[in-house]
Amino acid sequence: MNPFAWLNDTFLKMTWLENLVGWFFETIFGIANDTPLHAILTFFVYDGIKIFILLIVLIFIVSYIQSYFSPERTRQILKPLKGIWGNVVGALLGTLTPFCSCSSIPIFIGFTKAGLPIGITFSFLISSPLVDLASVILLASIFGWPIALIYVVVGLLIAIIGGTLIQMLKMEKYLAGFLFKPSSSTQVIEETPLTKKERMVYAVDQVKDIIHRVYPYIFIGVAIGALIHGVIPQAWIEGLLGQDKWYAVPLATLVGVPMYADIFGTLPIAESLLTKGVGIGTILSFMMAVTALSLPAMIMLKKVMKNELLLFFIGYLVVSIVLMGYVFNIIGTFI
Amino acid sequence: MVIQILGSGCNNCKMLLKHTEIALARLNQQADVQYITDLEKISDSGIMRTPGLIINQKIVSQGKVLAPIQIETLIKQAL
Repeated sequence: MNPFAWLNDTFLKMTWLENLVGWFFETIFGIANDTPLHAILTFFVYDGIKIFILLIVLIFIVSYIQSYFSPERTRQILKPLKGIWGNVVGALLGTLTPFCSCSSIPIFIGFTKAGLPIGITFSFLISSPLVDLASVILLASIFGWPIALIYVVVGLLIAIIGGTLIQMLKMEKYLAGFLFKPSSSTQVIEETPLTKKERMVYAVDQVKDIIHRVYPYIFIGVAIGALIHGVIPQAWIEGLLGQDKWYAVPLATLVGVPMYADIFGTLPIAESLLTKGVGIGTILSFMMAVTALSLPAMIMLKKVMKNELLLFFIGYLVVSIVLMGYVFNIIGTFI
Repeated sequence: MVIQILGSGCNNCKMLLKHTEIALARLNQQADVQYITDLEKISDSGIMRTPGLIINQKIVSQGKVLAPIQIETLIKQAL
């Protein structure tokens, strides 16, 4: 086995943990390892532990990097950029921002008020939940690195093209008027550069904060994943979402759109669907739809833009996520 | 003294409000505490990370749930 695959199996997939948990239920509890009960219990415990470990480590690393790119700093970096470069850098910086869509709205407002072009702001807004460092590593743990890297490129392209389109269509007229009013008299404190220790504290705080916020979704995700894994017959899943079904991708996307969860919660569902023979593109469409769009995020966005722009934003994302799903289903048969 | 806590109604913002009240009680300090969830007002303040804490029209913290003891220090500085 090559060392790269070994590292991947040991630290990302944690195959040893799966074996250990499987052995535990078989030997200690005497549950035969080919029963649905064994499959459900093993999946639930193994996947739960694995996701929490990955979550803690990845959020720590990403938050540490993030502490170098505060929204204020990001805005300064983006300000002098013109045209497509602004969209590219906006999309890239979006990958370093917080996970939650609720925190991206105040940033969106701050960017618009500072006079950043609408296209750059939207490139940032789209890529922010869609692509982030932690999710890339998680994707690599299930689908392998080639798929994870293609996912990043496609996610960034969706963000860059989306921002460019909105710019070309001159959609700033659909933004809420108050975004263009200058701020009142509050003074902003000068930001002093953080020390190494402060960055550590920030990263630890982020880990606590995010775990606290997302753990219910992870439990729900792991429970659904365990049910799919252990109980639901493969034939059903294939009948609904199989590779040969043309409607699998749009169905997965439309189910995912209103759901509010983050990528960590969707991971166990993705894993179990993969073992049931669902295409990679279909699974990625579901994950992207869940993370990029959700009802709470739409309600927040509604407050800062008019329906025309909101519908364009949602429509554009749905169409590109569906297209991406079909492309990945084709690529998946080659990798 | 006017203290404003700004946030979109998330848990973190409520925590910051609670911590601020604790800090005020410990210092035995009276203040006009306002909890602001209106997006237009948040946007007007110039804050980009919630929850934000504004004391006497000055942004003293954003994106953090400060501990009561940290808020005490900020209040004392503003006095």
